[in-house]
Amino acid sequence: MPQGQRVEDHRPWPRVIVTADAWRRVTSDVAAGRATLLGLWGDSGAEPCVHMAIIADTTGEIAVLTLACTAGAFPSVGALHPPAIRLERAIRSLYGLDAVGAPDTRPWLDLGFWNVVHPLAPRPLQAAANKQSPYIFLPAEGESLHQIPVGPVHAGIIEPGHFRFTASGETVVRLEQRLGYVHKGIESLMRGATIDQAARLAARTSGDSTVACSIAFAHAVEAALDVEPPPRARHLRALMAELERVANHLGDIGAVCNDASFSLMHAHCGILRERVLRAAAACFGHRLMMDRVIPGGVAADITADGADLIRALLQDIRLQFPPLVELYDNTASLQDRTAATGIVSIELVRQFGASGYVGRASGRNFDARKAPGYPPYDQLEFSVPALTAGDVNARVWIRIREVEQSLGLIEQILAGLPPGPVAVTFEVGSGEGLGLAEGFRGDVLVWLRLDGLRVARCHLRDPSWFQWPLLEAAIEGNIVADFPLCNKSFNCSYSGHDL
Amino acid sequence: MRRTLFESLARRPLTEAPPAPADAALAELAASVERAARRRLGRSLAIREVDAGSCNGCELEIHALNNAFYDLERFGLRFVASPRHADVLLVTGPVTRNMREALERTYQATPDPKWVVAVGDCAADGGLFAGSYAVAGGVSAVVPVDLHIRGCPPTPLQLLQGLLALLQQGPAA
Repeated sequence: MPQGQRVEDHRPWPRVIVTADAWRRVTSDVAAGRATLLGLWGDSGAEPCVHMAIIADTTGEIAVLTLACTAGAFPSVGALHPPAIRLERAIRSLYGLDAVGAPDTRPWLDLGFWNVVHPLAPRPLQAAANKQSPYIFLPAEGESLHQIPVGPVHAGIIEPGHFRFTASGETVVRLEQRLGYVHKGIESLMRGATIDQAARLAARTSGDSTVACSIAFAHAVEAALDVEPPPRARHLRALMAELERVANHLGDIGAVCNDASFSLMHAHCGILRERVLRAAAACFGHRLMMDRVIPGGVAADITADGADLIRALLQDIRLQFPPLVELYDNTASLQDRTAATGIVSIELVRQFGASGYVGRASGRNFDARKAPGYPPYDQLEFSVPALTAGDVNARVWIRIREVEQSLGLIEQILAGLPPGPVAVTFEVGSGEGLGLAEGFRGDVLVWLRLDGLRVARCHLRDPSWFQWPLLEAAIEGNIVADFPLCNKSFNCSYSGHDL
Repeated sequence: MRRTLFESLARRPLTEAPPAPADAALAELAASVERAARRRLGRSLAIREVDAGSCNGCELEIHALNNAFYDLERFGLRFVASPRHADVLLVTGPVTRNMREALERTYQATPDPKWVVAVGDCAADGGLFAGSYAVAGGVSAVVPVDLHIRGCPPTPLQLLQGLLALLQQGPAA
């Protein structure tokens, strides 16, 4: 536990205000691999400051460190620990706080189109749009290299972002991403929002993870106000979260195969995914289960025939899915594309603290449902699959295994669904909370400070922050034509990242 | 693979009967779609999807239009990879300031005659994100819109109703 002045009213894990020296010490601990960075974000309360959330690797202890930025600056974490670089660039663009010694000071998220500079600073500067000098991409030197700019508008039905490839013939020498196109200013909209409004915003940070984001947000609010949702609500949340995981994994497994031109898998997985969404709509009134998880519980109970519908769904998937897995495993032309493609090393995944299938395919089986853990998962039996190959194939297999685990979880949740109310009413007050929830993509972190009736500050960290940079590493040395395959196997969120 | 294919042959198709076009959509289109232009295109429309700032919820449901239950292509509607090949821009999200120029350029790259369909509550007026420093507003704040399909996100059925209205408005109407 880092030394410093502990902040009262921060739950469930401690927040300590530290000196610059202690900040540097923790930075070197993180860089040395003794702790993993969970998040790094700015804050402009009474005094601008930066917060760093870490989890100790040996003990699993979580803590938030806060450093006041008296001169608008703080010692760079990214200087020693590259995963923090983009987070620091975002802090600078949004808050105007400088990371001293940072290796990269180019703007991030701010593409030069806003009417304001440092929009989350205490006194943002109004500015004409297009004020920035052209963005300088990192150089790649060598003979006969050429560049391929891709995006922000891509060829498929996907989110916008810019990819700058430098290639030598077919082989990618360097990929650099430029993101921020779907930045909606969610953190600024959160400031001064009521808890209801903020919950709706949190549910729309990344639509595919709406349940996970809502659970993480609810965890943070409930921690801040010391509220315990009823057991039935915990179970229903987990039910929705697992349905969301199954639906997304099924969609992804099909889509990865589709990007290898194997559309048969795509068609069949699409049918199963649609059945999950229809069951979700029948049980909870919304196909993606948006706004169904609220602070204090869930918005509505499962419909009377819901449990039977989901049991029928499980039966159907258990019948249809194994032949598809077999098909994936036995199609040599497909395996030829996915195996040994887009490898991410175990070391990089560890360093970046990448979660979800990206982490698990490269040996890191961190799962917020297990540790720190939250109800009802402590009462349920499941395992977290892990592989070490780190290629597209491994990321597909992790999804397959997770679908199987989630089906088992759903069965247990339905069998043990406790009776009782689905939400508690609570008094809104002041306090600070940190929430974690395991989405299909990895762990979602939400930190917030409540100030009486409203949200004073809320930060949401999507798992994609620690996965996007690894995609740059995964594609290196692969051919350009394999990029869609690698990208789909990561399926990072643009919106969740850009906020 | 052969087994999967044979089994698929033996099963009845999953594709469902099309819904009736949405009345509201027909009313909105009546004012905007030129019949002459519709006649030139017949019953085939190429759609370019543009995410101008969405949370990706709308994209998930647009994707679903291609699955076996909705099978969009049976209506002659298909998604294309470039605005140069498109008749319709299907735009989602509040238009972020960071995407505004990209959307304008996509619109300009689409040959005439063309239609813009704004998908989702955010695309209508910015939705929850209206008023943010990073958001320009609904789609109509940036490019002319012919049809709005509301919903957060609209279900595939609602999307289908809107798009069918786009197809059926014209010579037959």
